[in-house]
Amino acid sequence: MEKEKDKTVTQSKPLIRVKNVNKTYKVVGGNDVIALNDVSLDIYPNEFICVVGPSGCGKTTLLNIIAGLEPHDTGEVTIDEHPVIGPGPDRGVIFQQYALFPWMTVRKNIEFGMKFKKVWHDVMVVDKKTGETHMERRYEHMTPAEKHALADKYIKMVNLEGFENSFPKELSGGMKQRVAIARGYAVAPEVLLLDEPFGALDAQTRAQLQEDLLKTWETERKTCFFITHDVEEAVLLATRVVIMSARPGKVHEIVDIDLPYPRNQATKMEPHFLELKNKIWDTVYRMYLEVRK
Amino acid sequence: MDEQEKALTGEIKMRKLKDFSDGNPTTRNILNVSSIFVGVLVWFLITLIPSINTFLASPQQVISALGQEVQAGRYFKDIWASLQRVLVGFIVALACAIPVSFLMGWYPKVRALIDPWIQFFRTIPPIALIPLVILAMGLSEMAKYTIIFIAVFLVSVVTIYQGIREVDKTLVKAAYTFGARDINIFLSVMIPAAFPFILVAARLGIATALTTLIASEMTGATYGLGARITSAQQFMNVSVVLLGIITIGIIGFILDRVLLFVEKKLTKWK
Repeated sequence: MEKEKDKTVTQSKPLIRVKNVNKTYKVVGGNDVIALNDVSLDIYPNEFICVVGPSGCGKTTLLNIIAGLEPHDTGEVTIDEHPVIGPGPDRGVIFQQYALFPWMTVRKNIEFGMKFKKVWHDVMVVDKKTGETHMERRYEHMTPAEKHALADKYIKMVNLEGFENSFPKELSGGMKQRVAIARGYAVAPEVLLLDEPFGALDAQTRAQLQEDLLKTWETERKTCFFITHDVEEAVLLATRVVIMSARPGKVHEIVDIDLPYPRNQATKMEPHFLELKNKIWDTVYRMYLEVRK
Repeated sequence: MDEQEKALTGEIKMRKLKDFSDGNPTTRNILNVSSIFVGVLVWFLITLIPSINTFLASPQQVISALGQEVQAGRYFKDIWASLQRVLVGFIVALACAIPVSFLMGWYPKVRALIDPWIQFFRTIPPIALIPLVILAMGLSEMAKYTIIFIAVFLVSVVTIYQGIREVDKTLVKAAYTFGARDINIFLSVMIPAAFPFILVAARLGIATALTTLIASEMTGATYGLGARITSAQQFMNVSVVLLGIITIGIIGFILDRVLLFVEKKLTKWK
C-alpha cells in the first residue's frame, strides 16, 4: 500500500525544481539589481517549457542558475532531487552565440561534448590463472569509435552530412546552431536548456530550425527549457509558456499550450494558436510598457 | 538622356567610396616592387652628390663592402653570432612568457602580483639596462641573451596575456556544461583559443629581438652585426654601417615571413 503510493508520487515528480529562488546582482556604486525575486517553477519530464518576458526579467539568469553556471542567493534548485551545485552533463546548454570551438571541425565539436561522458561497457575479462572468461560491466569513457558513430547519428539528425570536416567559420548561422543542437543532443542530457537559440537568425532560418527542433522533440521527447523573446515561437514550441515580469524578475503567469502535436508552421494559422499568442503577447507588452514607465 | 542613364553609361562617374580593401593584387605587387626599385634609384642618385656621399654610402660602395667583409671572413661569422643571440634570447623569452601569461590569465592573484612589474619594465628601453647587465654579467654572451630576453619577454607576456583575457567566455561555459574540469578548460579551451595570440607574440618578439640586437651587442662583442655597425661607425666606415643595417632588415623580413607561414598553416580555422 505504501509502495503503491510512492510510485504515483514518483511519476508526478518534477525533473527540475526551482523553489523560492532569489538572486541579486551587486552593482558597485549603484543600486543592487534584483534579478530574480522568489521564483518557483517545476519542470516535469518530457515537458517543453518556453520562458518569455521583457528584457531584464531574469530569464537568462534563471537558465544560468539551473545550468549551474551561476550561483543563486537563496532558495532551492534541484535536478532529480539532487541540488544543483555546478554545471554537469545532465543539463545540456545551447547558447545564442552557438559557442562552437572555432578550431574544431563540426565532427570534433560534436565529439567534444562526449569527451567527459562515461557509459557502461560490457568487457570480456580473462582470468589469468584459470584461463576462464567472464563478462564485466565497466563505467568508462566512450571509445573513439562510439563517439564517431554517435556524432554521425546526430550530424544526420540535423542534416549536416557532408559538413563533418568543415570549420565553424565556413558555416552559416543556422548551420552553426544546428551543430550546437546536435552537440547538445549527443551528450544525452536529462534536459536541454536553450538560451534564445534562434535569436540571431533570420526569419526563414528561424522557422526552419523551429520545425527541425519540433520534429526532433516529437521523436525524442527530451525535456526542454527554452528562453525566447518571441511569443509566437514560444506558443509554437511549448507545452507550457512561463511569462516572467521584470524588475524584479518574477514568474507572472504560466499558460498551458493545449495545441496538439505534431505542430509546424501551419499551426501558426490556427485560431486557437492565435488566441493563445495574442493573450500572451498582450500580457508581455503590458509589462513592457509598465517597465518603461 | 537623364542622369541615371548617364551614370550607367559612364558619362557621369559614380562616386568611388572607400572600402578599405587591399586593392588589386597585381597593382599591389607592381607598386611594391617599383617602390623598392625607385627607393634604391633615389639612394643611388643622391649619393652622387659628394657632400651627401660623405655620410651616406652609395649602393656600389655597400656592395663592395659586402665583398670585403665576406673576403675577410667576418660577414657570415657576424650573421651567425647575431642570429644565435637573437634566436636564443627569443626562444627562451617566449618559452618563459607562455607559462607566465597563462598563470596571470588563470590566477587573479598571480596577475595582481606580476602585473605592476610588467607595466613598470615595459616602458624602460633595454638600452637603459645595459650598464646594469654589464656590471652583473660582464661582457659575456649571457649579457647579450639577457638584454634580448628582457625585451622579448615583456612584449610577449603582454600580448599573450591580452589574448587569454579575450578568449570567448561562452566557450568556457559551454565546456563546463559538458562536464569539463578546470584542467580540461585549461588544456582544451584556453590553450587552443590563445594559440593565435602566441603566434602574434612570436612575430612581435622576433621584431623586438632584432631591434634590441644592437643594444645587446653594445655590451662588447668581437663578432655580430650590431658590434660591426658600432665599430664601423667609430672608423667612419659608412658602407659597412649600411651593410649591417640592410642585413638586419633582410634577416628580420625572412624570419617574419617564416612565422607568418607557420601562422597560416597552424590557424587555418581562423
